[in-house]
Amino acid sequence: MTYLRRYWPFGAVAVLALLPYAGVGIPGVFDGPLNSPGTLQLLALCLLFGGLATGYDLLFGRTGLLSFGQALFVALGAYGADVLITKAGLPLALAAPAAILLGTTVAAAIGAIALRVTGIAFAMVTLAFAQVGAILAARDAWGLTGGDEGLALDVSGLPSGLVGVVNTYKLYWVSLAYLVIVMIVVRRTVSSPTGRVLAGLRDDERRVGVLGLNPYAFKLFAFVLAGALAAAGGVVHLLLVQGADPKIAGSELTLSLLVMVVLGGPGTRYGPLLGGVLYTYLDYRLTHVAGGLPGPLKQPLFVLGVIFILAVYFFPGGIAQLRLRALRRTL
Amino acid sequence: MSTVVLLAVTGLGLSALYFLIASGLSLVFGLADVLNFAHGWFLTVGAYAAYWATPKVGFAGGVVAGVLAGAGVAALVELVMIRPLYKRTIAQVLVTVGLSLAGVALFQALFSPDARIFPSPKWTQQVVGFLGARVPVKSLLLIAGAVVVLAALLAFLRWTRYGLIIRAGVENREMVTALGIDVRKAFTLVFAIGGAAAGLAGALGGVYFESVSPTGGASLLIFAFIVVVIGGMGSITGSAVAAVAVGLLQQFVNYYGSAGAGDVCAVALLAIVLLTRRQARQA
Repeated sequence: MTYLRRYWPFGAVAVLALLPYAGVGIPGVFDGPLNSPGTLQLLALCLLFGGLATGYDLLFGRTGLLSFGQALFVALGAYGADVLITKAGLPLALAAPAAILLGTTVAAAIGAIALRVTGIAFAMVTLAFAQVGAILAARDAWGLTGGDEGLALDVSGLPSGLVGVVNTYKLYWVSLAYLVIVMIVVRRTVSSPTGRVLAGLRDDERRVGVLGLNPYAFKLFAFVLAGALAAAGGVVHLLLVQGADPKIAGSELTLSLLVMVVLGGPGTRYGPLLGGVLYTYLDYRLTHVAGGLPGPLKQPLFVLGVIFILAVYFFPGGIAQLRLRALRRTL
Repeated sequence: MSTVVLLAVTGLGLSALYFLIASGLSLVFGLADVLNFAHGWFLTVGAYAAYWATPKVGFAGGVVAGVLAGAGVAALVELVMIRPLYKRTIAQVLVTVGLSLAGVALFQALFSPDARIFPSPKWTQQVVGFLGARVPVKSLLLIAGAVVVLAALLAFLRWTRYGLIIRAGVENREMVTALGIDVRKAFTLVFAIGGAAAGLAGALGGVYFESVSPTGGASLLIFAFIVVVIGGMGSITGSAVAAVAVGLLQQFVNYYGSAGAGDVCAVALLAIVLLTRRQARQA
């Protein structure tokens, strides 16, 4: 029993990794069989957003920082790698680390300024900085970002194994790998001494200060680490959709990450992952299936927004907490 | 010279729009500690109300409808959604985030996602001579609206009993409560005032942009946030000064620099203010 509890994540990853070999379909849930490119693409997006939400939770749920700037770092990863590959002709193996480094550096610079204020003001300042990214992306800054249409990825710079619909399963593995890396990094950070300081900052910042630790440095660390994870996610998103467009830089992306985390359960191990997967799946399904629904129900954001508001009132701990409560009741 | 006058007037028109949104945000934040992401949606509600009413009852009636719709929706949101979460600041922010997402989607479903042409009266689309420049009437209209709102707000805060309660509540809410005054009634009032200003911004913004769209409020909201932070939260005069600075800076840099540079400058101004203000406090 304890073995099961300890090692089930490995089993889950193995099952997810083998999905491209499963020819069966789940009627009503996915349109095609599990190993069809369309389904794998959707699953890959679900896993990617599960990872992005987990990375964002490092700020929101673990450190108690309400940042509205996470989209900027995702966009830096996506646009950075896209520009380096498409405009500068670099190979992916160079462009990806460079884009992640870019995202990390910008996160350090912005974090250093924004963390001078706390609470709601911090939220507003990060939102304002992220808006610069959205403006630059949408206005075709320096002729690099392609404006409103975005910048399609020049696939000739990629390894041939990552190009084309038949290779969707490899991109799915890339997403899965990203998710696993994020889960490990967040788990390691949270269970380290640094992670305990972050939890302390979330619960009572003054107390951490009184203990002789510097809250600013620890918050900056969390901000930069989350920025790096977001930039890596941006690179994966670029590969998945073969391009970058201004939507990925907009505040809507950050808001949806926030919705995912709150729906799933902030500060829990698997909550943000669940929230991210569920949100991405619902967003996709409601968009593609909802044609027959009446009125506002056709808009996925209306449905998700209402669910989110209800979640804040009626299950503030998110899905993860719900499951725990149900378990406790049965035991 | 005439270019400078024209830029100054259109920039001040933009400032006026920012001020109308920021004043409500600032008061709500100063008094109730609520960062209201749904404030941009109040503006959209006002804009659509004016869009709907103008062909029926004329432009003035449309503006009144926009103001009333903004105030009504804002008061309702405070009573139904914000009040149960009193003192849970983050949960309040989250609810307004959800409302802004769902509200925009609702309008997209009800009125289609595309922008619609605002039925603005002919006289607002003309230009008049002003200090040797030909300036658009719609900018002057916005400036006039903002000046009236600024004067009315300052007078209300200065000379009425509720104004006194709000001013005292911004300074120290616990103390006001300890004196036996129900501050929460003032919360609803502040939301309604902010909603009314946002509704006016929606109606006049419809004239200014000559269109209404479900996402119109959200894009203005971010600059209103910048204005609120620069101006100092809870301060109406601060919001007015910051709105003028941000609007003029944006307009001039966008004209003389490349497009979009002005928007970036507004954020740079915010960064500078944050950095220097902190140092001033430490000194």
